[in-house]
This record gives sequence, C-alpha cells and structure tokens, in this order.
Amino acid sequence: MCIPLPANKKVAMPEKLKLNSIPMNKQPPEVRRRNPYEVAQGYTYEQAVEEAKRCIQCKKPACIQGCPVDIDIPSFVKALAEGDLPQAAKIIYGTNTLPAICGRVCPQETQCQENCTLGKKGDPVFIGRLERFVADWARENPEESGIFKIALPKPTGKKVAIIGSGPAGLTCASDLAKAGHKVVIYEALHLAGGVAVYGIPEFRLPKKIVQAEIDYLVNVLGVELKRNQVVGRSATLDELLADGYHSIFLGIGAGAPMFLNIPGENSNMVYSANEFLVRLNLMKAYLFPAYDTPVKVGKRVAVVGAGNVAMDAARWAVRMGADEVYIVYRRTEAEMPARIEEVENAREEGVIFKVLTLPVRVIPSAHGSVEAIECVQMELGEPDESGRRRPIVKPGSEFCMEIDTLIPALGTQPNPLVPRQTPDLKTTSRGTVVADEKGKTTKEKVWAGGDIVTGAATVISAMGAGRRAATDIDARLKNHS
Amino acid sequence: MNRILVKKELAPKIKLIEFENRDIASKAKPGQFVVIQMGEKGERFPLTISGIDPGKGMVRVIFNEVGKSSKRLGALAEGEEIGNVAGPLGNPAEIEKFGTVLCFGGGVMTGPMAYEAAAFKKAGNRVITVIGARNKELLILKDEMNALSDKLYVSTDDGSEGYKGLDFLRDILEGEKVDRVIGMSVATATLRTLCELTRPYGVKTIVSLTPIMLDGTGMCGVCRVVVGGQTKFACVDGPEFDGHLVDWDLLESRKRVYSHEERVSTLLDEQVGKDCASRFQQTRK
Ligand SMILES: Cc1cc2nc3c(=O)[nH]c(=O)nc-3n(C[C@H](O)[C@H](O)[C@H](O)COP(=O)(O)OP(=O)(O)OC[C@H]3O[C@@H](n4cnc5c(N)ncnc54)[C@H](O)[C@@H]3O)c2cc1C
Ligand SMILES: Cc1cc2nc3c(=O)[nH]c(=O)nc-3n(C[C@H](O)[C@H](O)[C@H](O)COP(=O)(O)OP(=O)(O)OC[C@H]3O[C@@H](n4cnc5c(N)ncnc54)[C@H](O)[C@@H]3O)c2cc1C
Ligand code: SF4
Ligand code: SF4
Ligand code: FES
Repeated sequence: MCIPLPANKKVAMPEKLKLNSIPMNKQPPEVRRRNPYEVAQGYTYEQAVEEAKRCIQCKKPACIQGCPVDIDIPSFVKALAEGDLPQAAKIIYGTNTLPAICGRVCPQETQCQENCTLGKKGDPVFIGRLERFVADWARENPEESGIFKIALPKPTGKKVAIIGSGPAGLTCASDLAKAGHKVVIYEALHLAGGVAVYGIPEFRLPKKIVQAEIDYLVNVLGVELKRNQVVGRSATLDELLADGYHSIFLGIGAGAPMFLNIPGENSNMVYSANEFLVRLNLMKAYLFPAYDTPVKVGKRVAVVGAGNVAMDAARWAVRMGADEVYIVYRRTEAEMPARIEEVENAREEGVIFKVLTLPVRVIPSAHGSVEAIECVQMELGEPDESGRRRPIVKPGSEFCMEIDTLIPALGTQPNPLVPRQTPDLKTTSRGTVVADEKGKTTKEKVWAGGDIVTGAATVISAMGAGRRAATDIDARLKNHS
Repeated sequence: MNRILVKKELAPKIKLIEFENRDIASKAKPGQFVVIQMGEKGERFPLTISGIDPGKGMVRVIFNEVGKSSKRLGALAEGEEIGNVAGPLGNPAEIEKFGTVLCFGGGVMTGPMAYEAAAFKKAGNRVITVIGARNKELLILKDEMNALSDKLYVSTDDGSEGYKGLDFLRDILEGEKVDRVIGMSVATATLRTLCELTRPYGVKTIVSLTPIMLDGTGMCGVCRVVVGGQTKFACVDGPEFDGHLVDWDLLESRKRVYSHEERVSTLLDEQVGKDCASRFQQTRK
C-alpha cells in the first residue's frame, strides 16, 4: 500500500451529523477460516478520510479521557480529514510509540470510542481504525511521514536495563533512549515483542508490524537488544546493578499459564492456551514442516474461557482444520471479557459458544489422550466482588462432551522466576510485583510496569505503565548526576 | 556468540560440542540445561549442560543425533555459530555432602552426569559411578568418569561390556550404605527401572526428567510432570525430581505425543533436504 499524498485541501467540517460509520473491509468468514492472514484489512485512504470527517471536533473531547495514553484524538483526526497524513502521524507518535499495534488490538469500544460524543446518537468515530491507518501509512512511507527521523540528545552516560520486551518494556525503552540514556533490553525468548509476538495471532496482528517497531527501537533509537536472556537464571537484578546499570525496569509480563486443576488435565492433547499460541505464533507451527515445531489439532476442540486468549486459541483451531470448535464458558455472553469484535469474528468463523458450562473432569482414552470432558451446567446467582453474577452449579446437570483437544484458556499469572531470585522485591499474594503509580518498586533502583504489576491486562495499559516509569526513571537519573 | 570451539564424535551418532557463550559459562551449575534453536525456523530443544570453563567462556553439550534438530547441530563445523542458545535454565542440582553418592549416567546423559558427579566429589562425597549404554560401542566418557569416581561400574543392555542390565545395582545397594542415587538418561524407561531398583532400599533417588519442552522458561506448561501427586513444570521446578514420587506412566505417555510429527520432520529433512510447501502456501492468494 502506497498512498500518494493529496494536496493539502481544507475540508469543511460536516454540517449534519453522520451517524453511520464507514465499515472496514474484512476477509469473508469462509475465506479467512482457512488462512492465517489478517482478518481486518483496514481502511483505504478514501474510507479513512470519510470516517475522519465524521468527527465533530468536540470542544471538550471525551474520547481523549478514554485513551490510557491521552492521544490528542481530535487533532489527529482533523489532520487526517484534511489529508495531512504527516501531521496526523506526528500527533499520534508524539504520545504513542506503538500505534499500529494499538489501532488493531486496543479494546477501543471500552476506551476512546466508548466516550465519543457521536456514540450517544449513532456509531462512535472508529478511532482505532483511523489510528491504524495513519500508523500503517507512516511505516510504509517513512520518508514522507518523517516520524522516524529523530535527533537523539547527547548521551547522558546513564545506563538502564529493561527486562522483558513486551509493550511495557518497549515503551519504557523508547522513552529512555529518546532522553539520551543508554538502554539495554534483556529478553528471555529468541524474539522480542512479548505477547504481541507469542500470544496475539498473526490474523489479528501481523508479526511484521511488531518487528518494524522493534527495528525502529534498535536501528533508529540505538537500543541494544539482548535475546535469549532469562533474567533470574542468567543474571539476577543485583548482578545487573553491580554491572553498572543505574536503573532497571521490569516488564516481564504475566506469562505463566493457569489450568483448571481438574482430574485428567495432564492427558495428551490438553494444551494450555499459552502452549497452543506459542507453538502457532512464535514458532509458526502452522507452517510445519517448513518450520520445525509441530502442533496437533484434533477434529473437535473445546477452549475453556471467554477472554481474548480463548478467542485467539479457538480461531487458530478453526484455521488448523478442526471440524467443531467450542468456547466453553461458565457464565453467559454478557460477561465474556473478550473484545466484542473478536467474539463476533469467532462466531462468524463458526466457533460454537457453550455458555453456562463448566468442565469438571477430563476423560482420557486408553492411549492417554483426551476423549471427552465431563461438564456441569451452571446458572447465575448473586453478583460477586467483581460485580458479575456468580455462576453456581445446577445439581444433577452432569453431561459429557466428546472432544479430542482441550485448551484451557483461563488467563495467566506472573512467572515467579525473577521474584524468587529477588527476595527484596515485594510481591502480592497473586505473585504480582508491588509498585506505586510511577512504577517504583520496593527495591532500590528498580521499577516495574505492565502485566507483572497489574496481572493480565491490555497492551495500552502496559505501555502507559512503561511510559510513567520512564518519566520517573529519567527524572531520578537527571537529579542524581 | 555461540561459536563452536571443539566438536568431536564420541561414539556413532553421539557428538560433543564445546561452544563459546560467556554469559552461560559464568553462571551454569550442574543439573541445568540450555535451549537451542537452529535457525529461525528451528524448534527450541533442550540439552543438559555437560561442563563449563568460565575462563574460556566455554559450554559443553553432548547429544544424540536423533532427529532434524540434533542432526543439524551435529552437522555444524568448528568455527560456525549455533544461532540461538538460552541458558542456563532449570534449577541447579542439589550438591551437598551426603556421604556415598551413586551416580548413574545412561547413554548421552553420561556427559552431564560426569559434570554433576565431579561436583559431588568436590563436595566431599564418596562417588560411585555407573555408566550405561545399549552396547559397548555407545559407551562414552569412561576414562573421565573413572578418573573422578571412587568406583566405576559399566553396564550395557546387551552385556557386550560390563554388567548386563541394571540388576547388579542390587548387589551394590545390599553391600554398602548408599546415601543418595542420582540418575540421568533421556530414556525414561531406564530411569524408571533405576527408581524401582532403589525403592526397596529406601535410598533417595533423584532423576533428571526430559519431558517435551518448548520455551523452557515456565510459560507454556508442556513440560508438566506429576511428582508426589502435584503437577510441576519440569523446566522451572526441575528438571531434577525425587524419582520415587514421579508418575512414570504419565511422563512416558506425554513424551510420545509428537513422535509422528518428529518422524515426518526428520524424513523430510533427509529426503527432500529442503523446506517443503506448507498447507497454507497452497491456499495463498
Ligand atoms: C493471547 C492474548 C491475546 C491478547 N489480546 C489482547 C488484545 O486484543 N488487546 C489488548 O489490549 N491486550 C491483549 N492481550 C493482553 C496484552 O497482550 C498484555 O496485557 C500485554 O502484552 C502486557 O504487556 P507487558 O509488556 O506487561 O508483558 P508481555 O507482553 O507479556 O511481555 C513480557 C516479556 O518479558 C519476557 N520475560 C519474562 N520473564 C523474563 C525474564 N525472566 N527475563 C527476561 N525476559 C523475560 C517475556 O518473554 C515477554 O517477552 C492479550 C494477551 C494474550 C496472551
Ligand atoms: C531437560 C532436557 C535435557 C535434555 N538433555 C539432553 C542431552 O544432554 N543430550 C541429548 O542428546 N538429549 C537431551 N535431551 C533430549 C533432546 O532435547 C531431544 O533429543 C531433542 O529434542 C531431539 O530433537 P530432534 O529434532 O533432533 O529430534 P526429534 O525429531 O524431535 O525426535 C527424534 C527422536 O528423539 C526422541 N525425543 C524427542 N524429544 C525427546 C526428549 N525430550 N527426551 C527423549 N527423547 C526425545 C523422539 O521420541 C524421537 O524418537 C534433553 C531433553 C530435555 C527435556
Ligand atoms: S491508543 Fe487505544 S485507546 Fe488510545 S486512541 Fe488509540 S485505540 Fe484508542
Ligand atoms: S468525542 Fe468523538 S466526535 Fe468528539 S472529538 Fe472525540 S472522536 Fe471526535
Ligand atoms: S517448557 Fe514451557 S513451561 Fe516448561
């Protein structure tokens, strides 16, 4: 895609409210069910400008309050409506270092777009799609967009270690590098990007986009990336500090899988969602045997849970040729934590939703592979502490589902590796690291942010945490010169 | 990084590689492993560390050439680089002065056992070593093991050298007080036999387990094993566990999941010698 820059026409703002948004092109369900390519294909230039023109440029823009990194939404949308892509890009990149990722995976419907004034009468402005459009344009037209031309300040002589290369770590690294500090990222895996590379599927977030962001950090901002470094095993935080780092930022995410803890769960063909997604996304098992890592998917697959992780696993199972793919969830659709758009996509692709259902036992075959799951029916009772109605078991409602692949997708918890090796780092009973609103932990010179502090959350909230920590680290480093 | 310094063939299809990685060499302890990936399309596979030289920044691994990945590693020449190596991973072995320690190294795992046995010796233990293999051609590191142990026994499955099978261990356990047994082998059945042999004597028997692994850092759970009724991730909670508490049936069953795919991968690698078209490339627009 290479869009010529139109002459800078001034566009008049619409007189009448346009209540209907411009639909985005998607691969039709019957096609995308069998390929790994991106489902949502983005706006064309004309569509993006049309959609941008719907924005009424509110005096008090409510949309900004919904964005965790406070992007100046009306201004970038206005620039886009006027066809001034470089200006739109400049505004976005001013506050968001990973817009091509956020524009695709942010839960916009509960963030920026939820608050949009137009949403009260019709469709909100589809801010995420516009952000994605501008970011893709900027990446594909680096010369014109100019956002990658950046003058780095004089080196400060301070060194910061960033542990983990997910959205939190990347954002913190980028801000600190722009402030002139020497930044070194330590990543456990052989590829950087965190959940954006190993968790979120290609069909929602093409990996080349994540790679482009990392290349920018390394090639333009001069951040050093050390891969295959499992901190805690390879070096402890104290060893890094003794090695001359002035500060450390921990962005190690919450990558350890959770299981149902029911009998038979260690049978073969029971995958944690993480294993399933790591095989497919990080190791590209969908290209086996051209890639060496295999993944086995049966004909009848049950995914337990209804978050983004569950939708991703279910949709990959469809793409890998399963005949029937179920989402098994103990509450109802109204309580599903996944993005609405992704639930819709999953349904269109043929995923079957079995709600108010809870597996209680895995029944293995003589060969040790899952053959069926025993489930119970649930009903909703009084609201619990999360405000959602608590599911309770209907007595005598046991039934069996014949399946050959089971994927518990119940969420993730912090990997205890680093906390175990760092006794003076305070953690909560859930295993998350304790940090104040600026990300400062109880350990001297150590900050933390993202999923390791909040538990599994979102890309944009992890980025926000990385940014706040970077600001605080920078301030301390400058004061203690 | 990860440049191969020394490569040797110790026995048919058993290779020793010493490569340069200062980070790993300065941190590794006996019992830990590395995860290797050969090229960006390669799978991540674990090898136990068989020794280090922190001064030279050297890490030693000894491995069987069994499938695609290990054959590719074995095909590299001295001076070439291995690609991605992460480590050290897993918990270090518990090395203490126990008294008399019996160290069993089966097949290639004689390599890491030699490293661990030396540490037991250094900690002041009397060290009895047993090296085992299918037949005498496949016995490795006999001299090295002999030099570090107070007593060395050799066992082969076919009796072509030393004792036939492991039953003779009963005589050792009857004859003297052994305070701890350590077993390493990629053949799960052998470790299981070892544990069944020592069980009646009540000797604590620690085994290094080799379930299927993917990341080796605790994020996928494919390496889960059941020990004492509890599910553990071998890569972060192990790889060494109390062998008398291991659910061996489960481990054996879980290790077989991908045998078909492994065969496909190996055969294609041998016969086609290059990447073959994937199912998705056919549907590409
Ligand atoms: C399948 C899936 C789908 C999701 N979908 C969405 C979505 O649609 N929208 C959304 O907003 N959010 C989504 N999320 C959540 C979002 O991806 C996370 O909240 C976000 O990535 C957290 O960022 P982070 O930087 O804190 O950690 P991560 O992205 O988890 O990155 C942590 C990094 O640290 C590395 N690391 C861990 N331990 C060590 C160590 N000891 N040494 C060195 N490195 C280490 C890890 O390998 C990893 O690369 C999804 C999550 C998953 C799993
Ligand atoms: C913690 C750990 C430490 C290990 N240390 C060593 C070591 O020091 N030296 C060594 O030679 N091997 C070791 N292994 C086994 C080694 O990782 C496998 O042999 C390797 O993955 C084979 O890869 P491949 O592609 O060459 O063969 P594949 O094509 O994957 O497999 C070929 C054959 O090897 C068998 N195999 C595959 N994985 C394993 C495994 N995990 N355990 C036993 N057999 C397996 C398969 O069943 C098959 O018959 C270790 C495994 C683990 C989990
Ligand atoms: S970063 Fe996310 S919340 Fe903010 S404007 Fe973009 S899509 Fe909306
Ligand atoms: S709230 Fe909606 S209409 Fe108002 S400025 Fe924001 S995007 Fe535009
Ligand atoms: S190998 Fe993935 S958790 Fe152990």
